[in-house]
Amino acid sequence: MNGELVKETRLQQHVRAPWRGLALMFLGIPASLVGLWFITVVSMITSFIGVLLFPAATMLLRSRLDTYRERINKWTDVQIQRPYLPEPKAEPGLSGMFKRFVALISDPATWRDYLWVVADPIVSIFTAALPGLLILYGIWGYVLAAFAGGMIGHYGGSDWYAYIHVTEGYDQDVARIVSTVFVATLCIAVGFLIGPKMMNVYGHWGRTILGPTRKSELALRVQHLTETRSDAVDASAAELRRIERDLHDGAQARLVAMGMTLGAIEHLLDKDPEKARFLLAQTRESSATALHELRDLVRGIHPPVLADRGIGDAVKALALDHPMNVEVSADLPSRPEPPVESAAYFAVSEILTNAAKHSGASRVWVDMGYEHDNLRITVTDDGRGGASMDAGSGLRGIERRIGTFDGILALNSPVGGPTIVTLELPCALSSPKTSPS
Amino acid sequence: MRVVLAEDLALLREGLVSLLESHDFEIAAAVDNGPSLLKALLDHRPDVAVVDVRLPPSFTDEGLQAALEARRQVPGLPVLVLSQYVEQLYARELLADGTGAIGYLLKDRVFDAEQFVDAVRRVAGGGTAMDPEVISRLVATSTRDTPLARLTPRETEVLELMAQGRSNAAIAEKLVVTERAVTKHTANIFTKLDLPVTGDDNRRVLAVLTYLNR
Repeated sequence: MNGELVKETRLQQHVRAPWRGLALMFLGIPASLVGLWFITVVSMITSFIGVLLFPAATMLLRSRLDTYRERINKWTDVQIQRPYLPEPKAEPGLSGMFKRFVALISDPATWRDYLWVVADPIVSIFTAALPGLLILYGIWGYVLAAFAGGMIGHYGGSDWYAYIHVTEGYDQDVARIVSTVFVATLCIAVGFLIGPKMMNVYGHWGRTILGPTRKSELALRVQHLTETRSDAVDASAAELRRIERDLHDGAQARLVAMGMTLGAIEHLLDKDPEKARFLLAQTRESSATALHELRDLVRGIHPPVLADRGIGDAVKALALDHPMNVEVSADLPSRPEPPVESAAYFAVSEILTNAAKHSGASRVWVDMGYEHDNLRITVTDDGRGGASMDAGSGLRGIERRIGTFDGILALNSPVGGPTIVTLELPCALSSPKTSPS
Repeated sequence: MRVVLAEDLALLREGLVSLLESHDFEIAAAVDNGPSLLKALLDHRPDVAVVDVRLPPSFTDEGLQAALEARRQVPGLPVLVLSQYVEQLYARELLADGTGAIGYLLKDRVFDAEQFVDAVRRVAGGGTAMDPEVISRLVATSTRDTPLARLTPRETEVLELMAQGRSNAAIAEKLVVTERAVTKHTANIFTKLDLPVTGDDNRRVLAVLTYLNR
């Protein structure tokens, strides 16, 4: 997330961190209130009303703590994922409600959330907020030295600033004033100095409590794998059905017809050679059509250029046949594994089709590269933008299919354009594999 | 006329051999893989080569690569490439050196023996034989922002036939018009596309292909 923003300089970090720390501390106020509500609901759990309110209270708590996660992800080097176990499928009625209640109450993350609400106000004072508090204390020191110390002394008050006693005659005592200024300066300096460090300490504390545990990480992973696996199985079953249907209605039917015509020709050869010749010509045409259909079918299964040359040239070939003006640049040292390559190819193909249909763009740029063990493809068009993942744009389907390979899809499409679709597929590069055609 | 033939399916290879032999071609070599194709092309320097794109051992575009490599070493070596698929990308690569003597046809064109042999002869003679499918796709994608859009439907038809490598006479026969009408159409096309006018069929075809390839 930091990568997308302009990287802050170190100076900026030191200047900003203390105030961010204070902001995090103040987040504790609403969070504590929500925590209070949560524990109130929990105390009612033996009654129906507690069970009824529990899911909502949990959700409120979660959304409150998401603010922390978001801030910590933005302001520190620590990245925190949401730790919550997947919820069961929504079911209507009492039993569905009860299932949800059980799922939420047995999710350790729910209780860790509460732990956070209770402990964080104290922890944050000694970590994230500490630099900010030091700086405020330093400023108070200046105020004392300037005039407040004298006023306190004058009105007979008594106060301590660090080890310095502020009493009657403070404003006449140069030694005490100098000490105050010295301590104040030190506090401010230390405050700014340790700011980023303390933010990171706080970030680690955040990840310990707010981040996923090993167990929930695995549970999330299992959920992801289950989903993508069933998507993959569905997709390949649908694909096989399509191929079967195409063959059945296309080439197979034509071959049957050709066989029949050939039989008729055999019959006619002596009786009516003229008619036989006519039928022969027709059969030849049929065979050409069958070939044509098979070719289209194969192109849809695995395009020849993809098999021959890999994703780079395959997308170039795609661009040549595309009605829009598509510019392709590929910088791939060698070929990704064939399944990844094929998934990426069809994803790009579909994105281009989408762009042609919806974007109103005249130019498209496809950029392919390989970095950090990821195949990274960006497709940019100069269309009207405003594309969304939902709205039947087909992007969701692409995301699901590359999800099988742990690939991700990011869409950036402000209204007015341009639209940028970025695909990232983790993969190892290999030399081209040989396989029989 | 000496031919080097490369095709990995034995049935099709033998079919091609007998087809070409029956039309008075001499088969200098008939090979079934990429490396021996390159060797045969360089050793025999045939009058024309008939090459399948996909060949062992890798079963990728080995035949095409061998043909391109041979043409790098022997510029203008006539090559007719056969394939189950026609790809604009490959057509562009074959035409890139601008020396002509290139054919790129779908394998099914072999069904029509006369036309196929005619294409082989044309390539051997330094001409071009491009599959109608390649040309129609080239034309389809070129119309998006070029003067091609200004051609009349008839002129586009003539342009497509011309790009396939056909002479005026052949185009006239195909379209059932007089040769003079075709000449008029071609002149119009050349003016509209701002191409240099030439009487030589081959140079004319190359000009058109180069134009479409831009």
